[in-house]
Amino acid sequence: MSIELKNITKQFGGVAAVNNVSFSVREGELMALLGPSGGGKTTVLRMIAGLEMPTGGDVFISGQRVNDLSVQERNIGFVFQNYALFKNMNVFKNVAFGLKIKKWKRNDIKDRVAELLKLFQLEGLEKRYPHQLSGGQRQRVAIARALASKPSVLLLDEPFGAVDAKIRQELREELVKLHHELNVTTIFVTHDQEEALEISNRVVIFSRGRLEQVGAPREVYEQPANEFVATFIGVMNVLNTEVKDGIAYMGELQFPAHDQPNGTRLRIGFRPYAVQVSTDLTLFPYRAVLRHTFFLGVMLRLEFEMPSGLTLRSRMTKEEYAQLALEDGKEVSLQIRNYRILAKEDSTLPPEKEFTYQPPPTIAEHI
Amino acid sequence: MAGNVKRKINGDSHRKSRRGTEESTVVKWVLIAIALAFCLVFLLLPLINVFAQAFSKGCSAYLGALTSPDSWAAIRLTLIVAAIAVPLNVIFGLAAAWTIAKFNFRGKSLLITLIDLPFSVSPVVAGLMFVVLFGLQGFFGKFLDDHDIKIIFAVPGIVLATLFVTFPFVARELIPVMQATGTEQEQAALTLGASGWKTFWHVTLPSVKWGLIYGIILCNARAMGEYGAVSVVSGGISGRTDTMPLRVDKLYHEYNAQAAFAVASLLALLALITLGLKTFLEWKQAREFAKAETAPPVKTPESAGLSGAIGSMN
Repeated sequence: MSIELKNITKQFGGVAAVNNVSFSVREGELMALLGPSGGGKTTVLRMIAGLEMPTGGDVFISGQRVNDLSVQERNIGFVFQNYALFKNMNVFKNVAFGLKIKKWKRNDIKDRVAELLKLFQLEGLEKRYPHQLSGGQRQRVAIARALASKPSVLLLDEPFGAVDAKIRQELREELVKLHHELNVTTIFVTHDQEEALEISNRVVIFSRGRLEQVGAPREVYEQPANEFVATFIGVMNVLNTEVKDGIAYMGELQFPAHDQPNGTRLRIGFRPYAVQVSTDLTLFPYRAVLRHTFFLGVMLRLEFEMPSGLTLRSRMTKEEYAQLALEDGKEVSLQIRNYRILAKEDSTLPPEKEFTYQPPPTIAEHI
Repeated sequence: MAGNVKRKINGDSHRKSRRGTEESTVVKWVLIAIALAFCLVFLLLPLINVFAQAFSKGCSAYLGALTSPDSWAAIRLTLIVAAIAVPLNVIFGLAAAWTIAKFNFRGKSLLITLIDLPFSVSPVVAGLMFVVLFGLQGFFGKFLDDHDIKIIFAVPGIVLATLFVTFPFVARELIPVMQATGTEQEQAALTLGASGWKTFWHVTLPSVKWGLIYGIILCNARAMGEYGAVSVVSGGISGRTDTMPLRVDKLYHEYNAQAAFAVASLLALLALITLGLKTFLEWKQAREFAKAETAPPVKTPESAGLSGAIGSMN
């Protein structure tokens, strides 16, 4: 079912946790609510569920205004951050709870629970209690319980927060697979941008209660709406430059900034992959020394120091690194392939598409 | 075998200490002996003595002491008082613990302090307080006398005094349990369609079950065993306002030690029964967990898992 939020505001004791937020979720979509903690994303999720009431604005589910509907009447499935399994009930009873409340017939409940346990590979664990399950199993029980009475929407609050890194990756894949199979409209909250970009169809980015941008993962990565999004999604080098005679300067770096008057301060950002490096010291305009190499698996993160002391972050594959015969302390020449002006003085500028060449960033690439 | 080899390698100096954090055998046994001796002298011996004294003149004397009209009346009164005080305090304790654990409001710490009040006030003072309020010379004394309502030196006074003294037990046990449990499980129940009452009944109550049972046991033991507050408001009218502890005291001062111990043995027995009941319930729960644990998980192939039930999902 589709979901729409119109001018939603939520205040807690005079502080706006969510400020005039509007967005919509299409039927069958897998949507991520992304933002730093305290951004208001969980509050938004809870307002969709009916666990919190908005101070202002309307929530629509399938076109129907649900502001006045209680949690029980909204027919949503909610998976809590720590799963909130009923500790005193075994797996079967946990999954069956909602069905019992909705007065399903005994045999129907049995069939439905068996079906879900099979779907989530929990067969044979019916009699176990939550404390006897692994983290991954607990999460699967929580999702099975939320889906039991066939809700129109599945809401998940930080679904991968409570498990360790390795299982997290498995669970992500499972959620994508599940969503693919069931095609139920799904919204999940996360503070992990990698997670959001990897598995969602679209991302809603929040900070300090405001909606910063809505878009497909690639959109928010390549065309961030503002400085916050640009720096929050992926890594970005951010420089405070000052314009002199049509050129923005920071240390020895220069960026063309026509039609900007002298003395204007510009914040300029560029992705690590935009830093092009060569050991041929005459090839690129700037000189720098490789200070640190950080090993990240297939990719390496490099820190270059320019003569003025300015530090730039770059990244490359192991192969490129080997090809260039780089090592810490080595002198190189470099250039910035593309960049964007993030802000002028304190005001935020609209994003600018920049320069000649846009390398195709894959989602796994940002670090 | 492995142990022997290891010892040889480690040499003599390491022979005594087995593992880093383990005390030497001597210390262990000394500590165990002290604890056991203490329990024996201060708990077990007095308990055995109570029963030995109670049966010192044979079974018929024991039964005779219990069935004497005054003792029998005291037993009945004690049971009635507990039957009123315990359920009321369970309801109050649940409500107070719920309020304190799940909501934030002004004056919360004041409420917590108030709940503890009966612990910090001497029971005798508590009893006196009710006399001052409801006694003939008391605040409401004239009004009560005019309407022919008797509270002091009657059953209502005893119930009130017992209620006051046993007031904190259930709430005190429940507050930390409820605070630790949080509200997530209840919210989960709401999202699954459960009403507030059903959530309370199926989720909240079971999750605090052990705290509640323990609170009830303590509350009940104190309700039946309370002496100080009750003795002030009861007036000690034999056969009418004597509870079991008062009856024990009275019999003892009448130099009827055997009868005193007979009644006392009932109180002791009650304690033993409640402890036994608690142990049994814990054992039953542990067995249920163990049974669930031993059931082998059946792993199904991944592909079969996700494809089977899709058709009926949406």
